[in-house]
Amino acid sequence: MINKIVQSMAEAMTGIRDGAVVLLGGFGSIGQPNALIEGLIEQGATDLTVVSNNAGTGRTGLARLLELGRVRKIICSYPRSAGSVVFEEIYRAGEIELEIVPQGTLSERMRAAGAGIPAFFTATAVGTKLAAGKEERDIAGRKYLLEEALAGDVALIEAWEADRWGNLTYRSSARNFNPVMATAAALTIAQTQHIVELGALDPEKIITPGIYVKRVLQVPYGEPTVT
Amino acid sequence: MSVLDTCKPLTRSEMAARVARDIPEGWYVNLGIGAPLQIADFVPAEREVIFHSENGVLGMGPAPAPDHINRWLINAGKQYVTLRTGGSYMHHCDSFALIRGGHLDLCVLGAFQVAANGDIANWSTSDDDTAPAVGGAMDLAAGTRQLWVLMEHLTKSGDSRLVRRCTYPLTALGAVKRVYSNLAVLDVTGESFAVREMAPGLTLEALQKVTEAPLHMAT
Repeated sequence: MINKIVQSMAEAMTGIRDGAVVLLGGFGSIGQPNALIEGLIEQGATDLTVVSNNAGTGRTGLARLLELGRVRKIICSYPRSAGSVVFEEIYRAGEIELEIVPQGTLSERMRAAGAGIPAFFTATAVGTKLAAGKEERDIAGRKYLLEEALAGDVALIEAWEADRWGNLTYRSSARNFNPVMATAAALTIAQTQHIVELGALDPEKIITPGIYVKRVLQVPYGEPTVT
Repeated sequence: MSVLDTCKPLTRSEMAARVARDIPEGWYVNLGIGAPLQIADFVPAEREVIFHSENGVLGMGPAPAPDHINRWLINAGKQYVTLRTGGSYMHHCDSFALIRGGHLDLCVLGAFQVAANGDIANWSTSDDDTAPAVGGAMDLAAGTRQLWVLMEHLTKSGDSRLVRRCTYPLTALGAVKRVYSNLAVLDVTGESFAVREMAPGLTLEALQKVTEAPLHMAT
């Protein structure tokens, strides 16, 4: 019997190695797998490359992971926000490498990785300083940049409901990066508010089919807060 | 005496309302974070304009009443919003596919500078920014069918934001079609901006005095 539901955080975090590329779901704090990030802090893996739309706020969660010096490089679209104090401190001090990627290019690079596409062309960022070092090609009279797929060793994501096969649904705008990150990592770990019986999720409404998900941990934390 | 003393510049709300007037029913529209978000407040509910938020919301409605907040529903500026009847959610790839794929009729962004050739600079003010943050601006600028900019005509220190060539890092080349400032509505035509409207009390000559980029009256 397939059962991807794990009973402890320690079990959920097993096998995350030093140097791993870790995809973190969420847009700001909404849809962000905060419990799993705390679990990763506890687990101890270091020298990480983190892929996340934002770079954490306050002193907990992703900001704490950064503050502890566990992240060598962050790949994100919008590191600066109200409360991104830790990131700004360590970035200014030269203690972290930053790769800024336009938001749509960031999500599409992960989609490509999950779909077995090594690279794609996009008009986004043509003629800007984010085009530096990238192949530019004229296709049918317009200029495009070649962007390479971005795969993760691990994805930490947040779902709304899950079953033991790892089928997932999401809640409102908390869906954001979670479904694409689920497809782009070798080891996708989901925290979920609700666990339901196999068959209880309407197949028409499953957003992430369980094939992409390796482990599910129930974390019924209630309502998120915007940070 | 400054040109601004002899005319009546539009307020922030008036600027947002002015843009809203030009958005017809049936358009799919993305509003950038900051000032452009306010435009939605001035589109009357009976005119069906569908607002898109880059974090996967199509059919975004106004801010919720304090006792009816869905804590999982935010906009690109990370403020609580609502979903209109008929609205839908999508994940980030689909959200940016509809941007990149040219499905939006319009995007309105804020900007630091817009050049006469339509270049836009709106994400960073220097090459050694302490924490550069581009978000979805480059995707929106490159992918939307039509890009308008809503911004103050002048910087706080009085410099023109409508320039011959952008000096700040670019967001996209030649992308802007129209600028709505507190002093004028201007179309991008190539070498000089075509002035469609001016704030009450303003003349083309006075506007040109505070605008680095060349201007001409729209025909």
